[in-house]
Amino acid sequence: MNGNWNWDTFFDALPMVLEGIGITIGLTFACYLFALIFGFLWIFLRRIPVKSLNWIITWIMEFIRSTPPLVQLFFIFYAWPMVPVIGMALDPFTSAVLGLGIHFSTYIGEVYRSGIEGVDKGQWEASTALNFSIRQKWTKIILPQAIPPAIPMLGNYLIIMFKEVPLASTIGVVGILHMANSYGAQHWAYLEPLTIVAILFLILSYPSAILINKLEKKMNRRFDKKAIVKNSKGAVM
Amino acid sequence: MGEPIVRYENVHKSFGAVEVLKGINLDLKQAEKVAVIGPSGSGKTTIIRMLMTLEEPTSGEIIVDGKNLWHMEKNGQLVPANEKHLRQVRGDIGMVFQHFNLFPHMTILENCMTAPIHVQKEDKKSAKERSIEMLEKVGLGDKLGNYPSQLSGGQKQRVAMARALVMRPKIMLFDEVTSALDPELVEEVLEVIRDIAHEGRMAMVLVTHEMEFARDIADRVLFLDGGVIAEQGSPEEVFGNSENKRLESFLRRFRR
Repeated sequence: MNGNWNWDTFFDALPMVLEGIGITIGLTFACYLFALIFGFLWIFLRRIPVKSLNWIITWIMEFIRSTPPLVQLFFIFYAWPMVPVIGMALDPFTSAVLGLGIHFSTYIGEVYRSGIEGVDKGQWEASTALNFSIRQKWTKIILPQAIPPAIPMLGNYLIIMFKEVPLASTIGVVGILHMANSYGAQHWAYLEPLTIVAILFLILSYPSAILINKLEKKMNRRFDKKAIVKNSKGAVM
Repeated sequence: MGEPIVRYENVHKSFGAVEVLKGINLDLKQAEKVAVIGPSGSGKTTIIRMLMTLEEPTSGEIIVDGKNLWHMEKNGQLVPANEKHLRQVRGDIGMVFQHFNLFPHMTILENCMTAPIHVQKEDKKSAKERSIEMLEKVGLGDKLGNYPSQLSGGQKQRVAMARALVMRPKIMLFDEVTSALDPELVEEVLEVIRDIAHEGRMAMVLVTHEMEFARDIADRVLFLDGGVIAEQGSPEEVFGNSENKRLESFLRRFRR
């Protein structure tokens, strides 16, 4: 391997590596969406007031969280098709969405849970006193208060997931890391393509981190700020 | 005055091993104003929380307007009430809490409008009109677009009352509504309750430490002690010279 940095190689590899960026970003969002939805499922399953079910769900979540995502990915892609009756072969992209999505849904579920538990119990009582249905309590009173404070944490998990998505290259999802690896194998030059991968991750995740930071500050002020806007309108009326 | 609007029949309530209420029997008449006094921990708040369905009695029955609150009939048998049954029966009951419990993500107008619109399916326009009217009545007509975080404690509590009143309850419950307020804000809240009481249509149960106030507006005062109604009668009877030693020593602490 040539240890010296070569700009020609860099510009030669760039287009090929960039070809994978759509898949990398697409997979990130697909996994994230899956995790956001599945996270809710955990919460509602865990709130079913049956003790044994509660215990099982908690245990499953703990199991998923303490197993490496790479192992889960391999299991879904290689081992799942061998499972009798329910097993089936899945393409790499779907396997990655399932594997990473389920893994992160347990973390997202925890974020939801802390948001929901952060809502004062008086809010539940007031909505009972006003005779809201259970569904209305969730949609009109509890979740609108539980989710906004959780948004910065949810954003953090988007960035964390983005950085875990290259794991999918191990089962053949052709994202940027996979492309860089192929280029390296073809030209026996790994330094430049992998540097490109690192730079791309930096370019994408650093501004997102700043954005989330801003969002967090905004969330902390949200009720006051909205109030000022509505008030000035009220004064005009 | 006809049938009582609320009847407690030998109601007991335990939290774990501690029995807080040991057999409450109580009739609340239509439009009657009842003040509940007693030392803290005597179960005053628990009495009204059970009526609001926030706490389930351990045993005994509560009848609201002829309907059993915590039990319903199914195949000719009394079974524990489900959510649907609770919603039907508690519709006539409103409550104001010690810590206001306003919805922080809504303006005060939205706080008042939301339940009439979503629970009682009233149309938006009339719910809004009635809410504004009610907020004006409690002296907050100029704060409609504000959020609860921008109000003083006294103002928050007045919003909470307006929010309960727009639901047109037949029974209003007040759970130590001035206890969390700075002393100088207590009077503005009591003033509003006095107004509501003088209109006279609703039955009211007030759990309170404001003895002067209880004497003022209550038709009947209950002294709760040791999990039972230890003494009851008109304000004159209860605050006058009662023979009950516990009541005497309880009241003495307020006569400084």
